[in-house]
Amino acid sequence: MTARWQSVSFDERMSTVEFRVGERAHIVVDSDVCESCTTRACVTACPANLFAPTSSGGILFNYEECFECGTCYMVCNEEGAITWTYPDGGQGVVFRHG
Amino acid sequence: MVDAVVVGAGPAGSAAALALARAGRSVILLERGPFPGSKNLYGGVVYARVLDGVIPRWWEEVPVQRWVVRRSTMVLTETQSLSVDMRTSSWGDAPYNGMTVYRADFDQWLAGHAVAAGANLVTSTVATGLIWDGSGRVVGVKTDRPDGNIRAQVVIACDGVNSFLAKEAGLLPQADAAHHTLGVKEVLSLPAETIDERFGLGPDEGLDIEMVGVTRGIPGGGFLYTNRDTVSLGVVVSLKGLADAKVRPEELIADLKAHPTIAPWLRGATLKEYGAHLIPEGGYDTMPPLTADGLMVAGDAAGMTLAAGIWLEGVNFAIGAGLAAGKAATDAIAAGDTTTAGLAGYRRALESNFVLKDHQRLRRAPGLVLSQRMQGPYPKLMCDVAERMFTVTNPEPKPGLVLLLRRAAKEQGVRWRDLVRDGIETIRVFR
Ligand SMILES: Cc1cc2nc3c(=O)[nH]c(=O)nc-3n(C[C@H](O)[C@H](O)[C@H](O)COP(=O)(O)OP(=O)(O)OC[C@H]3O[C@@H](n4cnc5c(N)ncnc54)[C@H](O)[C@@H]3O)c2cc1C
Ligand code: SF4
Ligand code: SF4
Repeated sequence: MTARWQSVSFDERMSTVEFRVGERAHIVVDSDVCESCTTRACVTACPANLFAPTSSGGILFNYEECFECGTCYMVCNEEGAITWTYPDGGQGVVFRHG
Repeated sequence: MVDAVVVGAGPAGSAAALALARAGRSVILLERGPFPGSKNLYGGVVYARVLDGVIPRWWEEVPVQRWVVRRSTMVLTETQSLSVDMRTSSWGDAPYNGMTVYRADFDQWLAGHAVAAGANLVTSTVATGLIWDGSGRVVGVKTDRPDGNIRAQVVIACDGVNSFLAKEAGLLPQADAAHHTLGVKEVLSLPAETIDERFGLGPDEGLDIEMVGVTRGIPGGGFLYTNRDTVSLGVVVSLKGLADAKVRPEELIADLKAHPTIAPWLRGATLKEYGAHLIPEGGYDTMPPLTADGLMVAGDAAGMTLAAGIWLEGVNFAIGAGLAAGKAATDAIAAGDTTTAGLAGYRRALESNFVLKDHQRLRRAPGLVLSQRMQGPYPKLMCDVAERMFTVTNPEPKPGLVLLLRRAAKEQGVRWRDLVRDGIETIRVFR
């Protein structure tokens, strides 16, 4: 997949990357803990844009297009909100031009 | 039971496995991706002279994109850019100084050498934890395969920036946003001839540009590297700064692509791949202990990327550390002592070569480069001074450099005293 170089939408951008999506969610976010979060650092910092705030003050998280970078757990504001592991062997992101 | 298990087939792991296998030791090299390099992303240039004594004439077989013959350091503001541009044809001849490569190619190539020497590469397998004996000694790793325990005399953790093995052993903190940066990158495709023309390069020649002043005041910088028919463009930003600024990473790349200096270079390109990865940027002062009983740590797992503004080098440091770890493990196994004391030759080896020497000498560079003034007012100040020096104001006579500097400093709210002090500090840190 290729997209034009400027003004690419976020979906187009993500569609350039290969993901072998595993059954198991390798990252789990505890939305209840997020309710007391004051920074929401994950929402803007995750380069794959996988964290979305809900109207009730929690967080919706989707692990499927994750770069496995580690930004979210490093910047997370609340202990215990994120359980972070790697996908099972052979699954997850596959970079070709890294 | 094998002699050694090496976790991670990045540059550090493959180098460690290569050293062990060449010494006749049984070694398993574990990689969680489907092939070495599939999980890895960096800026784009490998300085491979570290391989000279290991793979003779490596340059004749390495999967190179372009040989870097031109290196620029660029200071940008929204509308200006100021470059120091170095070009030398000597970098275009063997043994070469630097080359752009894709990690999927390079990491597979290096792992291939480890395999050829006798290492057993096992891909698509995650090391999920350490195996300990009753006395607190590491004696192997668990994996996510059925019956996946692997026992070994030594475990070498080359599992990269998030190293869960080093964390489990208590060598690294669980999370450390203050000493990590996020790199985000786009690979943009352009015909090879267009790249040659726009960047003033011959067919195999490459350019490497490091930039400051492009990250909306978030501590960090930008980079541009030319590959054969793509350009890698990205930013590296402090995690804390990024979180505080509430800016999305791809917006910073969009800024960069729209910059008046950079936009014309990329006109008409198409996006080929987008991705992100962390960099350990704390340098010497935040490195963990490099060994424990039965365990060694090398490469990014030990925070060995040298990120000092004009340098962004980690692959060469990872290879250097991996080779040293493999050799020290070999000696320790032969001597029958793989405790911390038995593995001490590893640190001594790194202290006597570039790996720890460079890091120690530049230990204050990360702090200086990511400092508030270097990131905030200085890029503008430097561009303004240069712009005024080259703006012809006839019939007014030309102002002197010191006057221009003083004026620009005042406009940017920088005290003269601080400017002089930072100048001296810069010389000291990089001397
Ligand atoms: C944006 C960016 C730009 C950079 N630019 C440059 C540059 O231009 N030049 C340069 O020299 N360096 C650069 N670096 C630094 C360089 O990428 C790293 O220093 C280098 O990759 C470190 O090598 P390593 O072998 O220690 O770790 P990695 O290359 O990270 O390799 C670790 C390996 O371990 C595997 N792994 C991790 N955990 C497990 C597990 N539990 N089980 C099995 N396998 C596992 C991973 O899949 C990976 O293959 C850059 C880094 C970034 C992020
Ligand atoms: S930063 Fe952590 S606690 Fe806050 S919203 Fe994000 S995941 Fe939840
Ligand atoms: S690991 Fe990186 S890409 Fe994945 S969810 Fe966390 S921040 Fe996003």
